[in-house]
Amino acid sequence: MSTAMVRIRVLLARPWIWSFLGALAVWLAAELFTGGQGAGELLTATLSFAVFMVIVGIGQMFVISTGPGNVDLSIPATIALTGAVAMKTMGGADAMILPGMLAALAAGAFVGACNYGLIRLLRIPPIIATMSANFLVMSTAIAYGRGLKVKPPPLFADFTTAQVAGIPVLAICTAIFAAVMGVVLHRTVYGRSVHAIGQNRRAARLAGVAVDRTRFLVYVLSATFAGLCGALLAGFSGGSSLSAGETYLLASIAVVVIGGTSVAGGRGNVPGIWGAALFMYLLEAMLNTYGAGAGLRLILTGLIIILVITIAGGDRPQR
Amino acid sequence: MSGSKRQIVRLQGVAKRFGAVHALAGVDLDVEAGQCLGLVGHNGAGKSTLMHVLAGTLAPDRGAIVIDGAPREGQYSVAAAHRLGIRCVFQELSLCPNLTVAENARILHPAVKGWGWRGRAGRMIADKLDEIFPGHGVSADDVVGDLALGKRQMVEIARAFTVTDEPLHLVILDEPTSSLDSVTAEQLLVFVRKIVDEGVSCILISHLLGEVLGYCDRIVVMRDGQVVAARAAGEFDRHSLVSAMGDVAEDKKTAAHEARSANRDAAPVCVRARPRGKAAGGELVAHRGEIIGLSGLAGHGQTELLLQIYQAAGRRDRDTEVTGPVALVAGDRQADGVFHLWSIAQNVTVRSMRRMLWHGLIQPAREAAMAADWRQRMRIRTPDMNNPILSLSGGNQQKALFARALGSDAEIVLMDDPMRGVDIGTKLEVYDIIRAEAERGRTFLWYTTEMDELDNCDHVYVFRNGQVVADLPRGEMTEQKVLQSSFEQVA
Repeated sequence: MSTAMVRIRVLLARPWIWSFLGALAVWLAAELFTGGQGAGELLTATLSFAVFMVIVGIGQMFVISTGPGNVDLSIPATIALTGAVAMKTMGGADAMILPGMLAALAAGAFVGACNYGLIRLLRIPPIIATMSANFLVMSTAIAYGRGLKVKPPPLFADFTTAQVAGIPVLAICTAIFAAVMGVVLHRTVYGRSVHAIGQNRRAARLAGVAVDRTRFLVYVLSATFAGLCGALLAGFSGGSSLSAGETYLLASIAVVVIGGTSVAGGRGNVPGIWGAALFMYLLEAMLNTYGAGAGLRLILTGLIIILVITIAGGDRPQR
Repeated sequence: MSGSKRQIVRLQGVAKRFGAVHALAGVDLDVEAGQCLGLVGHNGAGKSTLMHVLAGTLAPDRGAIVIDGAPREGQYSVAAAHRLGIRCVFQELSLCPNLTVAENARILHPAVKGWGWRGRAGRMIADKLDEIFPGHGVSADDVVGDLALGKRQMVEIARAFTVTDEPLHLVILDEPTSSLDSVTAEQLLVFVRKIVDEGVSCILISHLLGEVLGYCDRIVVMRDGQVVAARAAGEFDRHSLVSAMGDVAEDKKTAAHEARSANRDAAPVCVRARPRGKAAGGELVAHRGEIIGLSGLAGHGQTELLLQIYQAAGRRDRDTEVTGPVALVAGDRQADGVFHLWSIAQNVTVRSMRRMLWHGLIQPAREAAMAADWRQRMRIRTPDMNNPILSLSGGNQQKALFARALGSDAEIVLMDDPMRGVDIGTKLEVYDIIRAEAERGRTFLWYTTEMDELDNCDHVYVFRNGQVVADLPRGEMTEQKVLQSSFEQVA
C-alpha cells in the first residue's frame, strides 16, 4: 500500500499532472451531461484541435522559460503568413508539399530572427518587440495573400485530417514531436542553457552559457513552430486564412502556464502543455454542451482556469 | 567583565530541522547588555540558523526565547524582534537594489515620514556611515544596485545601527567583514567596541579568528547544531579555538612555492590585461601556473577587471589578451553564481555540461559521478547532492561554486573574493587545491579582501580607483606595502 501511496504522491508533485486531471474532470462532466453519447467523437475532435495548440505552446514554453519578460506575441501573424506561404507554394499540387512546408518553416524562422534582432540590437523589451512584429508580419501576410484562399493539395489535406482508430494521425505525430522536445529541454546542453538563463541571466553568462545564441534560437524556434502550425492548420481547415492564428495569441501563453511552466522562467514543462491544450478545448466543449450563453461561457472559462492554477499550486514562492 | 549584568537575550533548548538535516539540536545562548559575543563554527554548524531564530525570521521547532527577561514564545516575529531592539546584518544582503541608500534606510524606520523624509533618512544614514566608516565614499542618493558589494555591505551595517523611535539593544553581525577590505573591517570593529562600551550588545559571526579573539568579550563555538564551548575570549587562543571547532588541520602557512616566482619569465603569458579606459596605470600579467592576487581596497576596479578578462576570453580585445578557457568563481553568489531552482549537482555541473554528453544527451550518471566527486573534495555538507542548492548554508553554496569552476576545463580561473562565508577548515583545503592545480599549470587570478590570502599568491597587483598602481612579487609583498599603495596619491 505504501509504495502505491508514494507513487501517487510523486505523481501529484509533478506540475503537469493537474492540467491532465483538469482535462479529465471536464471531459467527465461533459459526458455526464450527454450520458456518454459521442464520448469518442468529442475526444477525437479535441485531439484534432489540441494538436495545433501544443505545437505553438511548446515554442512559447521555450521562450517563457528564458525568464521574466520573455514572451512571443507574434505567433498569430506568423501563423497567418506561413499558412499563406505554404498554400501558395504548394499551389494545390501534391508534388510541391515538401517545398511548401520548407517555405513555411523558413518564413517562420525568418520572423523569429527578426524578433530577436529587435530585442537584442534595438534593445526593445520582448513583449513590445514581438507585438510590433505581429503587426508588421500581419500586413505582410495581407499583402502577400491578397485575401485569396488557396486550397491545399489533396494529399496534404488528407494527411492533416487522417485518423487511425479515431486518433488523428497528426496527434500521434505531435505526441512524438513533444516527446523529442521534452528530451531537448531536459537532456541537452541547449535545454539546460534555457533553464539557466531563465533563472539568472547574469549568472548563466558567468557560468559559460552561450546566452545570446540560446536566446536567439529560442525566438527562432518559437516562430518556426508557429510556421509548422500555420502550414498544418491551413491544410486541416481547407486553406489559409488571415484570422487562423487569432486565438493563439493568449491561448499559447495560457497553455504554457496551466501546464506547470514557471512564468518567472527557469522551469519549463512539456507534458503539461498537452494536458492544458486538451483541458482548454474540452472546457469549451463542455460549456457548449451545457448550452451556456457566450457571457456565461467566458466567465466560467476564466473561473475554471483560476481554479486549476490554484489547485496546482502555481509557482512555489522563491526564497 | 563586571558580575551580574542585565540579560538581553536568553535562548534555551532551541531546535530546528530542515527536512532530514538537524540545523539546531537544542542550543542555549545568553547575551548580556554591553557584551560583544563571538560566534564561530564551520559552515553549516548552525550559526546563521540560530541568528535567524533570534531575529524572528525563522520559528524554532521547540525551545524558549527570552528577551529582556520576558519569554516571547508564539508571537515572536521580525517585527517583535525589531521592537525589542534587535537588529541584524545577514550574509545575504537585504537592501533593495532599485532604491537609493536613503530610501533603504527609511524602510527600517517607519517613524521617518512626512515632508522631506528622504532628506532626513539620507542625513541619518550618511551620519552613521561617517561615524563608522570615515571616508566611505557612499552618497545617500546612490542607487544601491550601482554600489560595489563592499559598499553595499557598509550601507547595510550602518543602517542596522541607526536609531529613531525604537530602541537598539543588540546587533547581530553575520560575517560583516567578509566583503570589506582590511581598512574598513578595522573601522567597523573599532566602532563595535565603542558602542559595546556604551551598553549595546553585539553578536559577531566571523571566520576570521583574529577578529573574534581580538574584539569579543566571550566566544561561543558551535558544531553540528550544538554549542560545544562557551568561554571568555581571554581563555581561548587561535589554536584552542580551531580545535574546539573540530579541526585538527592547523594553520600550515605557505612554504613550498617560493621557487616559481624566481623563473617567472620562463612560463608563457596567459593573461595580459589593462583596466579599460585607464591608460595611465599599469597592466596585469599572469603567466601559466601562477597564482595572481588582486588587492587594494574593496571596489577599486578588481571585479571589473576580472569581468573584462572573462568577457575577452575567446575574442579579440584591444586591452585584454587571454589564451585559454576561463571560469569564474563568483563572490556575490546570489547575483552572479547560484541557480536557485536547481539541485546542488546541477549547479556544480553546469559549467561542464559538454563533458556529460553522450550522443548529444546529458548523461545523469556522469553528472552524478562528478557531483559525488566534488562533494567529497570540497566537503559539501549535504545528505544528497540532488537537494536544492538553497538547502545549503551560505558557505556550502560557495563551495559548490568553487567546485563548478575547479571541475571545469578552464585553464584560467578567476576568483572574485570567493571565500566570503567559507570556514577556515575549508579555506585551508581550498588553498591546497588551488596550489596543487597551479602546479599542474592552471592559472589563478584571485581578488581577495583578506590580507592573509595574499600569502598564497606568487604576485600581487594593487588596485586604486580602477588602476593597477603596484606590482609586488611574492618576495617583496608585505601588508604594509599593499596598504601604502592602496592609499598613495601618486603611484
